[in-house]
Amino acid sequence: MIFRWDIIIEYLPYLLQGTMLTIGLSLGSIILGSVLGLFIGLGRIISNKILSSLFYCYITVFRGTPLLVQIFLIHFGVVPLFAGETNAVVAGVIALSLNAAAYIAEIFRAGIQSIDRGQMEGARSLGLTHSQAMRYIILPQAFKRMVPPLGNEFIVLLKDSSLLSVIAAPELMYWGRAMGGQYFKVWEPYLASAFIYLVLTITLSSLLNLLERRLRTE
Amino acid sequence: MIKVENLKKSFGHNEVLKDINVKVKPQEVVVVIGPSGSGKSTFLRCINQLETITSGRIYIEGVDTTDKKVDINKVRIEVGMVFQHFNLFPHKTVLENIMLAPLKVRKVSKEQAAQNGRELLKKVGLAEKENAYPDSLSGGQKQRVAIARALAMEPKIMLFDEPTSALDPEMVGEVLEVMKQLAKEGMTMVVVTHEMGFAKEVGDRVIFMDEGFIVEENIPKELFENPQQERTKSFLSKVL
Ligand SMILES: Nc1ncnc2c1ncn2[C@@H]1O[C@H](COP(=O)(O)OP(=O)(O)O)[C@@H](O)[C@H]1O
Ligand SMILES: [Mg+2]
Repeated sequence: MIFRWDIIIEYLPYLLQGTMLTIGLSLGSIILGSVLGLFIGLGRIISNKILSSLFYCYITVFRGTPLLVQIFLIHFGVVPLFAGETNAVVAGVIALSLNAAAYIAEIFRAGIQSIDRGQMEGARSLGLTHSQAMRYIILPQAFKRMVPPLGNEFIVLLKDSSLLSVIAAPELMYWGRAMGGQYFKVWEPYLASAFIYLVLTITLSSLLNLLERRLRTE
Repeated sequence: MIKVENLKKSFGHNEVLKDINVKVKPQEVVVVIGPSGSGKSTFLRCINQLETITSGRIYIEGVDTTDKKVDINKVRIEVGMVFQHFNLFPHKTVLENIMLAPLKVRKVSKEQAAQNGRELLKKVGLAEKENAYPDSLSGGQKQRVAIARALAMEPKIMLFDEPTSALDPEMVGEVLEVMKQLAKEGMTMVVVTHEMGFAKEVGDRVIFMDEGFIVEENIPKELFENPQQERTKSFLSKVL
């Protein structure tokens, strides 16, 4: 077996273009998913039983069904329903964000609930409102504890974005598959894609490590 | 100053406070003693409504704080609280711990808050610790910071919930010293403690609680030397 470096070189511009989209999709979904996740996480711990069980249902559904199924439903069902037509990138970001939000919500909830009850009481006894206590006392402390699990979730999300190739979002895996299809090759396209994913996840995890260390010394 | 009328508090079916009636006069130091689980902490926490009360009335300076229309955050400004486990904010320095509530609640200027904070730290003997983080302090130092933090809001009343119970014995004295000073300056205080020496020396009145009732209350000398109730006698014989 000969390893065809030349076809990798030929496809490199496409792979890199796909990589840019993978980064963009992932970043967008990380941001959207985190914002949404924070709200859902807070929604989970409010005292209103009906509302909080609604958020609980959301988390259960999105964590309990395969991401691939969610991607198909959103791409072929939800997005056309609202927009008339579908778009793989938009549907992809929506699916990844909604899915990640469910996991991130649980990370936020666990982080907030891991802070000693005395912190809230100390703050309230000084006359701070509930939201001031959350903002100045609970969330900053909870955030530090959330960084490692959030980092994990971001890495999972980055890798899961490869599933979007099945709805033809032209991200990294899509171009890998295109290359495999054109040359009837397995090793070259998928090893090249794997290598780029590895570079991305290693970069992301060292950035997160850096952040973690900064927060620890603070 | 504080008037508690027919206060009841239940956790589910567990009635923890059963008809508590207490009055605290301005500048009075009231010491609350009683066995563990008798409801002392719950009583203190009801005064500033860290616990929602089940029934009864609590007046602070004539205002019925159990009235739904009263802003409980305003009430809490007037009532400082010191906890057994300090509850300092570990992500903030000592001075930041003290400045936070004046800045965010009283909306004083940063300069003013810092200046007041430093004066309070001097008062509790920790002037040199303003930039330290709570985790680097000893228990006694932490509790003195917690007292300074509560005082920064210039409360009219201070509640202490076993402020020395979590401390190593050699650090109890430094915290009690600060509390004695505060009492001397005329602060109105309600103190839950097992330090009977403190109760005798500083207390104007001692309340003995058991199983959610106030069993007996009197001036310290009388209560300690001449308890009227069997339960008080048996409790005192165990702790004295
Ligand atoms: N948040 C709570 N939920 C349920 N029960 C509680 C709670 N806080 C206190 N209790 C119960 O109330 C009783 C009195 O507790 P507490 O006021 O802490 O007593 P003390 O301070 O005198 O030791 C105990 O039986 C305790 O188990
Ligand atoms: Mg207690």
